[in-house]
Amino acid sequence: MAAIVRLLLFAFLFTAPLFSLGSRNGFTINGRVKIPQGFATKGFALPGRMSNVKVILNGGQNVTYVRHDGYFSFYNVPSGTHLIEVVVMGYFFSPVRVDVSARNPGKVHAALTENRRGLNELVLEPLREEQYYEVREPFSVMSLLKSPMGLMLGFMLVVAFLMPKFVENMDPEEMRGAHEEMRGQGAPSLSTSLPRGARN
Amino acid sequence: MAITYPIFLFLIFSSLVPILSLYEDQVGLTDWHQQYIGKVKQAVFHTHKTGRKRVVVSTELNVIATLDLRRGEIFWRHVLGSNDAVDGMDIALGKYVITLSSEGRVLRAWNLPDGQMVWESSLHGPKHSKSLLLMTNLIIERNNVVVIFSNGRLHAVSCVDGEVLWNKDFEAESLEVQQVIQPAGSNFVYIVGFAASSQFEMYQINARNGELLKHENAAFSGGFSGQVSLVSSETLVALDSTGLILLVISFHEGKISIQHTPISNLVEDAPGPAVIIPSSTMGLFAIRMNAVTIFIRVRGKGMLEVAEKVNRETTIGNALSISEGQQVFALVQHAGRDIRLTVKLAHDWDDDLLKESIKMDQQRGLVHKVFLNNYVRTDRSHGFRALIVMEDHSLLLLQQGTIVWSREDGLASIIDVTTSELPVERAGVSVAKFELNLFEWLKGHMLKLKGTLMLASPEDIAAIQYMRLQSSEKSKMTRDHNGFRKLIIVLTRAGKLFALHTGDGRIVWSRLLQSLCKSEACQHPIGLYLCPWQVPHHHALNENPFVLVVGRCFQSPDALGVLSFVDSYTGKELSSSNLDHSIARVIPLPFTDSTEQRLHLLIDADKKAHFYPKTPEAIGIVRREFSNIYWYSVEDDNGIIKGYALKSKCNSNVADKFCFDASELWSIVLPSESEKIIATVTRKLNEAVHTQAKLIAADQDVMYKYISRNLLFVATVAPKASCEIGSITPEESWLVIYLIDTVTGRVLHRMTHHGSQGPVEAVFSENWVVYHYFNLRAHRYEMSVIEIYDQSRADNKDVWKLVVGKHNLTSPISSYSRSEVVTKSQSYFFTHSLKAIDVTSTAKGITSKQLLIGTIGDQVLALDKRFLDPRRSANPTQVEREEGIIPLTDSLPIIPQSYITHNLRVEGLQGIITVPAKLESTTLVFAYGLDLFFTHFAPTRTYDSLTEEFSYALLLITIVALVAAIFVTWVLSRRKELQDRWR
Repeated sequence: MAAIVRLLLFAFLFTAPLFSLGSRNGFTINGRVKIPQGFATKGFALPGRMSNVKVILNGGQNVTYVRHDGYFSFYNVPSGTHLIEVVVMGYFFSPVRVDVSARNPGKVHAALTENRRGLNELVLEPLREEQYYEVREPFSVMSLLKSPMGLMLGFMLVVAFLMPKFVENMDPEEMRGAHEEMRGQGAPSLSTSLPRGARN
Repeated sequence: MAITYPIFLFLIFSSLVPILSLYEDQVGLTDWHQQYIGKVKQAVFHTHKTGRKRVVVSTELNVIATLDLRRGEIFWRHVLGSNDAVDGMDIALGKYVITLSSEGRVLRAWNLPDGQMVWESSLHGPKHSKSLLLMTNLIIERNNVVVIFSNGRLHAVSCVDGEVLWNKDFEAESLEVQQVIQPAGSNFVYIVGFAASSQFEMYQINARNGELLKHENAAFSGGFSGQVSLVSSETLVALDSTGLILLVISFHEGKISIQHTPISNLVEDAPGPAVIIPSSTMGLFAIRMNAVTIFIRVRGKGMLEVAEKVNRETTIGNALSISEGQQVFALVQHAGRDIRLTVKLAHDWDDDLLKESIKMDQQRGLVHKVFLNNYVRTDRSHGFRALIVMEDHSLLLLQQGTIVWSREDGLASIIDVTTSELPVERAGVSVAKFELNLFEWLKGHMLKLKGTLMLASPEDIAAIQYMRLQSSEKSKMTRDHNGFRKLIIVLTRAGKLFALHTGDGRIVWSRLLQSLCKSEACQHPIGLYLCPWQVPHHHALNENPFVLVVGRCFQSPDALGVLSFVDSYTGKELSSSNLDHSIARVIPLPFTDSTEQRLHLLIDADKKAHFYPKTPEAIGIVRREFSNIYWYSVEDDNGIIKGYALKSKCNSNVADKFCFDASELWSIVLPSESEKIIATVTRKLNEAVHTQAKLIAADQDVMYKYISRNLLFVATVAPKASCEIGSITPEESWLVIYLIDTVTGRVLHRMTHHGSQGPVEAVFSENWVVYHYFNLRAHRYEMSVIEIYDQSRADNKDVWKLVVGKHNLTSPISSYSRSEVVTKSQSYFFTHSLKAIDVTSTAKGITSKQLLIGTIGDQVLALDKRFLDPRRSANPTQVEREEGIIPLTDSLPIIPQSYITHNLRVEGLQGIITVPAKLESTTLVFAYGLDLFFTHFAPTRTYDSLTEEFSYALLLITIVALVAAIFVTWVLSRRKELQDRWR
C-alpha cells in the first residue's frame, strides 16, 4: 500500500510539477518541503508538524503554507526565473531558483542558490538545523579557576607558597646577581620586595 | 612577572572575542515580545462542542487567527501575503476553517485545532467581480459543499479535499453580483445582482450540478445604488440611484416584483440621501441618513414601517439564529462614557433579550463592529457574548455586562516610533513598589551561586528564574543610570498614540488623538510622523517632554496638514491645529529655543517652507541661521532630485512671517527611460560619531572618514526591472547607485551593478552605506558596502604637523569646499530577502557597529560590520589579521546564535529602531510589524558593566578566602621567623 502511494507521489511529481493553465498565461509551481526524521527532534518545528512552514515566492510576492504532507503550490506564476524561500523556525533552508517556461512544461529546472546544487524534483530539505541559544556549559572546577576570582586566588597561592620555595632553592650568588640586575633596571617590582620580606 | 603577563593577555583576549548569543534561560530578562493580529474584519465563533471555545478571525492585515474565547490569547495565527486579503471565511464540518482570499482566487482550508493547512485550491474566472463565500448544508457524494462566487464564475467546492465539483460562468455583461442565497432546506442557490445599473438579475442554480434552473430579470428605470440588505431568503431591499427611494425586491418562485417606497413616506423630515447598512436579518433592515440610523421592518408584501429612529452612534451586528425560526441581532450604542449592548429578536422589535451597559475607556473611540454569539445557560435560557471591534482597532469580548478580555490590536499597524526619557527620580516620584534590603539581596545572590555551582534544587532554579524575570528594577517609572528604561511612543494607523515601557512592554498610557479622528474639516485623517518636539535637558528639566504628531487630512500629498502636541509622560494632548497648508516633508532642525523646543521646518506641496514653533524667538533663530538651511526633494516619478535653500518671505496675501519661499539651488535629472528611483537613504540625524580618523595598521597610515550629514544615497534601476523578480533577464536590468551631497548637488560617487535589480534596502551610517539588492546573474541576493574617505585631510598623517599645529583638522568642514573623496567598495552574497535593515547606535559611537537585518523569515539578525569591510581580502596579512580583518568569503555568514530575536518571530516585520542607552556598550533595539519585539543589545558585549551573570557571592567568598589566606600566611611566617631566631 505504502509503495503504491509512493509510486503515485512520484508520478505526481514527475508528470505535473509545472503545468500550464492556459487561460491567464500563468503556471503552477508544485513542490514539497521535507524535514527528514534524521534531524534531532529538539528543534522548534517537530518533524511531522508542518503547520508553520511558510513558503515565499520572489521575496514576498506570494506567500503560502504547506499541507500536512509537506506539499505546496503557487498558482498563476508567470514564466521566468523565480526564487522560492522556505521559512521554518529552527532550520536553515537555501533559497531555490526555479525556471518556469512554456517551452518545457512538466520539467523542473531548480537549483539551490547556496551551493548551486541542481534539483531534479522540487523537494526542499533544510541544509542544517539552527540552534538559537548558546549551550550553557556544565559547571567545572576549571571554569571556576579561569574566572577572574579563580585567577586571583591561584596567583596569590603561587606567590605565597611557590615563590619562597624558588627563592630558597636558588644559589645565593645567583640571587645576589639577580638583585643587582633588578636594581640596575630601577624597577621596583613585586618580585624584588617579596623575597626580601620572606628572608628577614 | 613572567606569569602575570600571559594572564593579563588572556584576560584581554577572553573579553575581546565577541559572543553575542543568549543562553536559553536568559530569555525574557531584557527582551519582550508581543503578538497582535490587526483590526478584525470578520469573526466566526466555534463554541458548539465541549472543549476549548474559540473564535476564528480574519483581519485587515491579512491575518487568520484563532483566539481563546476565555482569555483572548492566540492559539494559532497565519499571516498571508500582502496581496492576499481575506474576502470571506467560515467554518466547515466543525473542524476546518475555509478562507477565500486574493480577490476570490485562492480558497484554503485550515485545520481548526492546530492551524495546519489542509488543502488549497486556485479558482479562476473570466473577469473581476465581487467575491462571496456561502457555506451550504448540501452533501454531494459525501462531500460537504461550499459555494463560491468569484471573478464572474460560480464554483462548488468540496470541503473535504478542495476539489471543484462544478463551476458555471456568468459572463452576462456587467453583472454585479450582490448576494448568493440558499433558501433553507432547498438544493438550489439564488444568484442575485444588478446588470447595467438599472436591471435586476436573478439566477436560480441547481446546487448539485450547477444547472441553470431559471433566469429572470426586471428593469427599474431609477437605477440601483450601494449595497443590499437581505430581509428573507427571497426578498431583498435596495436603494435607487438617488438614495431617496427604498426598493423591496422579491423573487419568490422566480417571479420578480419590485415595490418602491420613498423614504419621505416613512420619515417626515428625511435629511437627504440614505445608505443601506448591509445585513441579513429576517424582516428588518437599517438605513443611515447623516448621523441618524433608522430601523425599518418589512411586513407582509413589501409593507415597510419604521421601527425606531436612533440619533446616537449605533453599530449593528450580524444576525444569529438561536433556535428554529428565531433570529437575534446585536446593537451597540454609545451613551456618554458607557456603551449599551442590546440583543433583540428580529421579529419582535419591542422585546429586548439582553440589555447591558458597560463602562468603556474613552480612548477606544467608537464601536466599529459587533459579532454576536450565544450560549445556553444551565436554566436553558439564552446567554450572549459579543466581540466588539473599536475605532482604535482593539478587540474586546463582552459577557454578562463586563469586559472579559481586551486586545490592543491597534499596535499591529505602527506608522512611526520615537522614544522619550522617563522622569528623573525625585522624592515623591519613585514608583517602585519595594526596594530589596541587603539581606534579601545577599540571599538572592547566594541562590544564584548555588545555581552556578549546580547545587540548586528544581525549586531553587524556579525561584532564581522568577527573581530574574520579575526584577522590579527594570519596570520602574523613573530614569536609570544605564539609560535602559525609556518610553517607546508609537503612532498607529488608527490615530492612537501608545507609550510602552521598555522594561516589560506594558502600555503606560494610550490616547486616541482627537486631531486624527474623523471630523467635518478633516474627513479621512491619517498620521504620518512622530517627532520629539521638546526634550528638556538642562534648565527646563522639570518640564515634561512633548512629541509632535504630524498628520494630513487624506491620503493625497496636497491634503491639508494636522499637527498635535502630546505630553510624553501623561499622554495629554496639549494642543492641536489644523494647518492651512499641506505637508510634504518634516525636517527637524538642529536648533532649539530657550524652552528646548526643537525648530521644525515643514515643507508643503508648493515647496514653501513653514517654521514651527511660531514664536518670535524661533524666527530670530531662523534669521540667524538663514543661510545655513538647506533641504532637498526627491520626485520618484520623474526621476528628479532638487536642492533648495530659503529665499524670502512668502508672497501670499496672508501676512505670515513664518512662511518662506524656496529657491532652487540645483537639480539632478535622471534619464527616465533608463533609470527609476527606488530607494533613497540618508544618515540618522542624531547619530554620534566618535572619531574621524581611521588607523590603517598595515602601513601605519591614517585615513579620514568623510563624515557629512548632507549625504544622500540614491538607488535607481532600469524601469523594466522595477517589478518583481523573475520577469526580466539580466541583460536588460541594472542598478545604479549615487552618493549625492544635498547642499551642492555634487555627485560624489556613482556605480553601476549590471544584471541586478531591486528591491533595495539600505542603511547609511558614519562614512559608509550598506545596501541589499538582487543579483540576477547569480540569482542570489547581494549586499554591498561603500566607504567614503576624505583625501584632502590625508596629508595630516605627520604627527609633527599635529604637534606643531600645522594641520587643517580644525578648519570648518563645508560642503562647498569640494574636498577630494575616495570610495572603497565590496560586494558579498547574502542568503535571504530583506524586510528591513538598520545599524546599532550607541551613546558616543565608540562601540563598533553591527548591522541589524530583518530577514524574510521575520527574524532580526545581527551581522558584524567587519564582515562588510571593503578592505577584506582572501589572504589578509598578519598585521591586518591583528587589526581584525576577516578573510574574504563570497557570502556573508548567518550564525544562528546571532539572531537577536532568538526563537521568536516578529511577524510582518516592518521596521527596526535602535536607540542608544546611556551605557556606551549597549543599544536598545525595537522591531515592529504585526508583533513587537524589544531587547538590549551589546554589539561587542557589555564591556563597561558587570553582566547579569556576575556572581557577587563568589566575589565575596574570594575576598574572604584571600583575607583568611593572608592571616594564615602571616601566622605561618611569624612561626617560621621564630624558628629561625631560635636556630
